[in-house]
Amino acid sequence: MILLVTGCALAVLPLLAILMHLLREGASSIDLNFFTQVQKPVGELGGGMAHAILGTAAQVGLAAGLGVPLGLACGIYLAEYGGRERLAGPVRFALELLASTPSILVGVFVYGVIVVPMKKFSLFSGALALMVILLPLVARTSEELLRLIPQHLREAGLALGLPRWKVILSVVLRSAWPGVWAAILLGIARIAGETAPLVLTSFGNPTFPRGLDQPSASLPLQIYTYAISPFDEWHRLAWAGALVLVFTVLALNAITRLTGGSNERRRAD
Amino acid sequence: MSADEQTKLQPRIELETIGLQAYFGETRAVHGVSLRMPRHRLTALIGPSGCGKSTFIRCLNRLHEEIPGARAEGQVLLEGEDIYRRGVDPVLIRRRIGMVFQRPNPFPTMSIYENVASGLLLAGVKDRRTLDPIVERSLKQAALWDEVKDQLKRTGTRLSGGQQQRLCIARALAVEPPVLLMDEPTSALDPISTARIEELLLELKKAVTVVMVTHNMQQAARISDQTAFFLLGDMVESGPTDAIFTNPKDQRTEQYITGRFG
Ligand SMILES: Nc1ncnc2c1ncn2[C@@H]1O[C@H](COP(=O)(O)OP(=O)(O)O)[C@@H](O)[C@H]1O
Ligand SMILES: [Mg+2]
Repeated sequence: MILLVTGCALAVLPLLAILMHLLREGASSIDLNFFTQVQKPVGELGGGMAHAILGTAAQVGLAAGLGVPLGLACGIYLAEYGGRERLAGPVRFALELLASTPSILVGVFVYGVIVVPMKKFSLFSGALALMVILLPLVARTSEELLRLIPQHLREAGLALGLPRWKVILSVVLRSAWPGVWAAILLGIARIAGETAPLVLTSFGNPTFPRGLDQPSASLPLQIYTYAISPFDEWHRLAWAGALVLVFTVLALNAITRLTGGSNERRRAD
Repeated sequence: MSADEQTKLQPRIELETIGLQAYFGETRAVHGVSLRMPRHRLTALIGPSGCGKSTFIRCLNRLHEEIPGARAEGQVLLEGEDIYRRGVDPVLIRRRIGMVFQRPNPFPTMSIYENVASGLLLAGVKDRRTLDPIVERSLKQAALWDEVKDQLKRTGTRLSGGQQQRLCIARALAVEPPVLLMDEPTSALDPISTARIEELLLELKKAVTVVMVTHNMQQAARISDQTAFFLLGDMVESGPTDAIFTNPKDQRTEQYITGRFG
């Protein structure tokens, strides 16, 4: 028992340590400039993360906008039609491979098929890399959750004379939605912190991206840029950026818990 | 004899199977059953477990084929029209043939009101002025209105088992199907709920053609007009319920109804 408690304490300790440290180092640097300024030339004081925050929001938003519907479509296909389709096996296998691929390899892949032919790094390619990471997460969890919905509910819908697609969307997906929604939020939290695949795709940019086909900053990459620099001013910004990133991810997780919880309560009602 | 009197004596056949066979992959679960189900009568399907009653009744609304690998052969005539003819949309057939299952299966994400209205709601009918009277009528038909009229917004799955099953009956009735299929609708319920559902079936069959699988022979005797006895995928015999129970033609039917097997 004591061993278990110690184990748990050891597991929670790093998280607490990280949060404490980030708060101490970063909190004082979070001001209006942090959210409104872009990177200043070396030697000038000040500067901020506005371009990185916008870059991450744009890339994650695009990735989710494409990846969530595609992932849901894959999950629905596998769970609802997979039993009688020959394509289901290979699709499932591909998703499994994709999910276990190190994210830097996803970056290399997108670099090869998008960045090299276009001859430039771009926000779009970064979003695509993040989408490739998000898609299998959404597809696999939604497939599993849809499979948990009992067959008799599908039959109830079909017996009412509803077309199959309608039954899937309005009965099956709706019943599984709290879990699916949680999986989507967790997936978004995960890609918001991805760094490696962006090095080879959106690359980084000291100022606002001027278009989808232009290099773009992102929060994790900008933290890296600031952190490895020799300047105290930039170190300060790196700490602040890390703090914001961690709290964004934590907030997404918390929202997942809260909304998931309220859904369960509503269903039990 | 006038035509009217004739239809009274010989009711119109609403649903009829001709040489109906049902397969799960290579296994044949129903071996060529021909049965006529007259309009506004209650037909009971009896027989021991695993003899193909559920499979048979699920062929009547083309639900059987939704199981991967399952298919049906032969004809099922609904008002004379073969529902297995090429080009017939099973979705449209199922609008005309409602179904109630053995286990109550209300939609867990929907309120009582939404459950009853679901066949219309999910087909795009959203107008409360249209839906309200239909919901009330269906719940009254299913003898559930008085119990739930003050809690229509509550989740359907919060009701008791017997209430949930009546909710499912109301849901099936809301789309006004001329035929209602029921697969052991009371086998999961207590005697009081069972009695209520039997009562409502007697009322219902004045306007709806009912086909009901039942495990309970007293139930078949109490409420059905016609009974068909199934055994190992075959229909052994069918006829007026009195005749089947008092004077069966086939020895196996007699053995079954006297409780010697099954
Ligand atoms: N999904 C299925 N897959 C394969 N065989 C099935 C399936 N459902 C039922 N069967 C078989 O079909 C036969 C008839 O079953 P069923 O129609 O459920 O019988 P009943 O309703 O009379 O108890 C049984 O032998 C059963 O094992
Ligand atoms: Mg059965």
